Amino acid sequence: MEAAVFILSLVDCCALIFLAVYFIITLSDLECDYINARACCSKLNRWVVPELVGQALATVLMLVSLHWFVFLLNLPVATWNVYRVWKVPMGNMGVFDPTEIHNRGQLKSHMKESMIKLGFHLLCFFIYLYSMILALIND
Amino acid sequence: MSSTGFNSQNGPGQPYANGPLQNQVVLQPPGPCYNMAHQPPYNPMQAKGPMPPGPGLYNSGPYQPIPPVSSYQASPGQPMLNRPPMGPPHPMTSPQSTSPFPGPEQATPALPVSANSYYQHPPAWQYGALPLMGAPPPIGVPPPMATPPLAFVDNHVTSSPSLAPLQASSAGYSAAPSPVYHNAVQPSGPPLPPTSLHRYTQPGSAPPPMKPVAPPHTYQPGMTAPYGQPPTGPPPSMRPTPPPMGNATPPLPFGPKTDGHIPTPANGAQVPNSFDHLETGPKMAGPPQQPAPPARHMGLSYPSLPPGYQNTSASPMQAQTQPYSHAPQSYQQSSAGPAQLSPSLAGLSLQSQTPETLRVVNLLQERSLLPPGPITPPTPCLPQDLQKINCHPEVFRSTLTSIPQTQSLLNKAKLPLGLLLHPFKDLSQLPVVTSSTIVRCRSCRTYINPFVTFLDQRRWKCNLCYRVNDVPEEFMYNPVTRSYGEPHKRPEVQNATIEFIAPSEYMLRPPQPAVYLFVLDVSHNAVETGYLDVVCHSLLENINALPGDSRTKIGFISFDSTIHFYNLQEGLAQPQMLIVSDIEDIFLPTPDSLLVNLNECKELVQDLLKSLPQMFAKTMETQSALGPALQAAFKLLSPTGGRVSVFQTQLPNLGVGALKSREDPNQRASAKDIPNLSPATDFYKKLALDCSGQQVAVDLFLLSSQYCDLASLACISRYSAGSVYYYSSYQQQHNPAGVECFQKDLKRYLTRKIGLEAVMRIRCTKGLSIHTFHGNFFVRSTDLLSLPNVNPDAGFAVQMSIEENLVDMQSVSFQAALLYTSSKGERRIRVHTMCLPVVNSLSDIFAGADVQAITGLLASMAVDRSVTSSLSDARDAMTNASIDSLTSYRTSVLTIQQPGLLAPACLRLFPLYILALLKQKAFRTGTSTRLDDRVFAMCQLKYQPLAYVMLMIHPALYRVDDLTDEGALNISERAIPQPRVQQLSVEKLSREGAFLMDAGSVIYLWIGRNCNPDFLTQVLGVPDYAAVPQNMNLLPELDTAESQRTRAFVGWLREQRPFFPILHVIRDESPLKASFMQNMIEDRTESALSYYEFLLHVQQQVSK
Repeated sequence: MEAAVFILSLVDCCALIFLAVYFIITLSDLECDYINARACCSKLNRWVVPELVGQALATVLMLVSLHWFVFLLNLPVATWNVYRVWKVPMGNMGVFDPTEIHNRGQLKSHMKESMIKLGFHLLCFFIYLYSMILALIND
Repeated sequence: MSSTGFNSQNGPGQPYANGPLQNQVVLQPPGPCYNMAHQPPYNPMQAKGPMPPGPGLYNSGPYQPIPPVSSYQASPGQPMLNRPPMGPPHPMTSPQSTSPFPGPEQATPALPVSANSYYQHPPAWQYGALPLMGAPPPIGVPPPMATPPLAFVDNHVTSSPSLAPLQASSAGYSAAPSPVYHNAVQPSGPPLPPTSLHRYTQPGSAPPPMKPVAPPHTYQPGMTAPYGQPPTGPPPSMRPTPPPMGNATPPLPFGPKTDGHIPTPANGAQVPNSFDHLETGPKMAGPPQQPAPPARHMGLSYPSLPPGYQNTSASPMQAQTQPYSHAPQSYQQSSAGPAQLSPSLAGLSLQSQTPETLRVVNLLQERSLLPPGPITPPTPCLPQDLQKINCHPEVFRSTLTSIPQTQSLLNKAKLPLGLLLHPFKDLSQLPVVTSSTIVRCRSCRTYINPFVTFLDQRRWKCNLCYRVNDVPEEFMYNPVTRSYGEPHKRPEVQNATIEFIAPSEYMLRPPQPAVYLFVLDVSHNAVETGYLDVVCHSLLENINALPGDSRTKIGFISFDSTIHFYNLQEGLAQPQMLIVSDIEDIFLPTPDSLLVNLNECKELVQDLLKSLPQMFAKTMETQSALGPALQAAFKLLSPTGGRVSVFQTQLPNLGVGALKSREDPNQRASAKDIPNLSPATDFYKKLALDCSGQQVAVDLFLLSSQYCDLASLACISRYSAGSVYYYSSYQQQHNPAGVECFQKDLKRYLTRKIGLEAVMRIRCTKGLSIHTFHGNFFVRSTDLLSLPNVNPDAGFAVQMSIEENLVDMQSVSFQAALLYTSSKGERRIRVHTMCLPVVNSLSDIFAGADVQAITGLLASMAVDRSVTSSLSDARDAMTNASIDSLTSYRTSVLTIQQPGLLAPACLRLFPLYILALLKQKAFRTGTSTRLDDRVFAMCQLKYQPLAYVMLMIHPALYRVDDLTDEGALNISERAIPQPRVQQLSVEKLSREGAFLMDAGSVIYLWIGRNCNPDFLTQVLGVPDYAAVPQNMNLLPELDTAESQRTRAFVGWLREQRPFFPILHVIRDESPLKASFMQNMIEDRTESALSYYEFLLHVQQQVSK
């Protein structure tokens, strides 16, 4: 059972890592002017909710399997994701707004955020991997 | 020359001289003159300079470019070169020429050899000395020009290779210019001999040094001896130059302007300056010193150095001087030199400037801070020759005219760094270049500009990314002078603002025709306001004045709860109305015949315009489906792109994009914070971005007396690069002044120039980057603004940050390139380049602060802050901006701490402007302000050019009952009185007077109760105060001197802006008195501090 939870988390975590890398690549494309802001933002906005769901899933899995430490590790990130979507002003086209992204260093802060998430997901990845192996051995 | 030359291009249809192969530059004036023509418009300052006329400018300009030649290459070096060219020497020579080289023909470009000799020749110096020239120059200028340049060219060409040649070349450069001067200066004088040229060069070389040193010091220093040649003349010039060195502004005072000829721009300029001085200055007597000049320069710059030192080329300056003697060395040195120079110069400048812009002002004690006339922007502390050709501040302006070296320095200064642009401004003269290849940097794509460095004739170094590029063969030929081998003299390198006719590489598709689509609200509410009459009438009147060519298309859509299309196809007897009632899924009934060629179907269009107002006279439909109508417009225009003009009179309440009223009128005055400043839906933003992608711009005219949610609607224009016009309480019957204003605005709107499918890129020197944009457009990538339409009344602002330290740079450049399709179907690129010095001390930064630009940028930033955060946040941020910068000034710059609120003279108006912003409609609190009015004011702050924004923020108050012709301007035979600008305080008003307040979009004429009866009868045409009508918007045309003066003054104020400010004559009982009094920003109101109280508050915070 425990092994199954961690295998699922591991898969989820992989998806999140891929997503974070995708965000970084797309944002750096925008930075380098390979794509325009409109295309970039519509690509990214499409994945904001899946990312939120993926993160929430991992958090919930940890909660239901009573892994408090990992749950508390995940909670702030999940909360941040929800908050980010929730605070989008009515007139904006999503978390990534093509008309705003070049203003006030938003591109940089988005980039930084994606980097931090990537690091976090990598950390989680190893935690899940370790826990999974441990669980499999215990079984 | 003229033929090749430049044709002025202001107008849309400009004649270009198209040379087949070579780029032809078209300047209006004939070759020599062109400079003048161009520049004047751009650089007012220059223009002012009497002397400088074309030749002067050119000289300086060319010289600078010249630097390319070996030694000069270094940026600093260039200036130096320029210097040599400096007129002075030439002038000098001319006299000499008489003696030594009678041969006047400048044409004979001096041979390298000769050049050398010239240097040595003392006589030349003497000539130079003859500063007299200066005076004459203005006069004579014209003729010689052409020939000299040619000669120079030759020189350049030949010289480039070897040392000797180099020298020669340098000489040549200087010479070239100088000839011009001569001509100008000494019309009568003997022709300039080639030799003279050489001499010039020498001076030129000398001049560089001068800059640094000179300003303050005497020229005399022994230095002269070594270089003996450097004519005395130079020294004089030097004096003038010092200012240049100092950085621009201070020096100027010395009288550069008067020198005009001298065009003293920057370092390079210095030389010119010196010339000017020479010319102008009687002191020229100095000339005898001839030999000294170069040396002197040196001495001036580095007084401490012995002459010999200079020779050694210890300093950059020296390098320059040396060039003559040692060609090779000079090259290398030159590069280093510039850098060195600048710092030293900067230091000098600071000292000299301190008295002016850094003079300490105790704001609590000095009350009369406003200058009597308009506030002039500070001049960057650049070498005069550079400054002379720098971009006009009305087009391109920076908040800090001295760029800090590092971000941390900028943070310390607590001043925002940003640029304000007005790139498509109507210019009276604009050089236009037709060329099959447009020379650009291969790595950063920067257009070649006056601030690049020519390493030699064949290579130039980009001033933004520092890449070395080749000069294309075609660029070697100068169409203006029809000469070969002087790339630095081409108009591209002589003008900071220039327009290119773009070849086909700049087109993604064939240039689009001008397409105009009018979308008219015809609901009951709209018909009530009666605006349809005005629009149709205006269109009928101006239908032939719409910018365009034979391909121009026009179309109409009207809407209420349904969308009405008008089939105007040729052959129809009358326009056919097609109604689409399915607003959920909008479609175009007959896509081909809704947009028609204006010329072919003009009669049908006119028929439609005549009948349209009546068609809906009886409508009872009250709903408004704006969203679907905009979608229809987008569909109609998306194949071609074009302009949509939307007229809307109420809140859209049907279909997509329907909005709900979000304003609670009872909360207007009491609410602590103003909600609903941001859009309620993203529909308009999305649609605007779709429009932007298809090159469609939407201009919004909102005529309404009720809340229309402009915050949401304005998005449609903001992101599609349109403009927003808002007329509150528009009503045909009850508000005739509003109707007149609408009419005039509409006329301007319909007939003004238009640029289609435009993009603008703002580039800046490596190390700087743009982090925020303000204005109406869509930022497509980091530095590319997408502008489906660009109009001459649009302003832009950007905030910059310093990403890498600018340690080794003396100057940085900014370039805005606007690529657009003119209404005639030509693809054009308008390029503006601005160069600013880099400084490394806080006091330099403060000395270069441009308070108006800072205020304009802060206003834009505050608008953003209000929308993303809250209004109170924005207000705090503005107050803190003034507190922080004054604190920084007090703690970091001021050495002597005194009590009081101290500010540098250049920032003395800062707290006043901040207070004015806090009381501006956009940001005020506590006063009942309609949400739409507030949002409109915010829109205006963001996209109006700075000049108009400043009047909105801080109106100008004049006393007009005692206008006199004293100090009047004379414009086309009319005398325009220039009354003093008064402080905006009721204490300045007197019951005995009449006061005119110019608030940008509106002008108030306040009549005091006991106003001089003469004024009432002679200007207003009423017998007494009581007879002044309640709603008076016109000054009667009376045949009295007072009336003429007043009308001339009001007319002059109106001419200065593209829109039409309405005039309200108000007296004590007028309802408009409140809005007049609200502009009295120095006074206390119920909810806001008075100026003095605000100062006390700031002082309290500063001294914490």
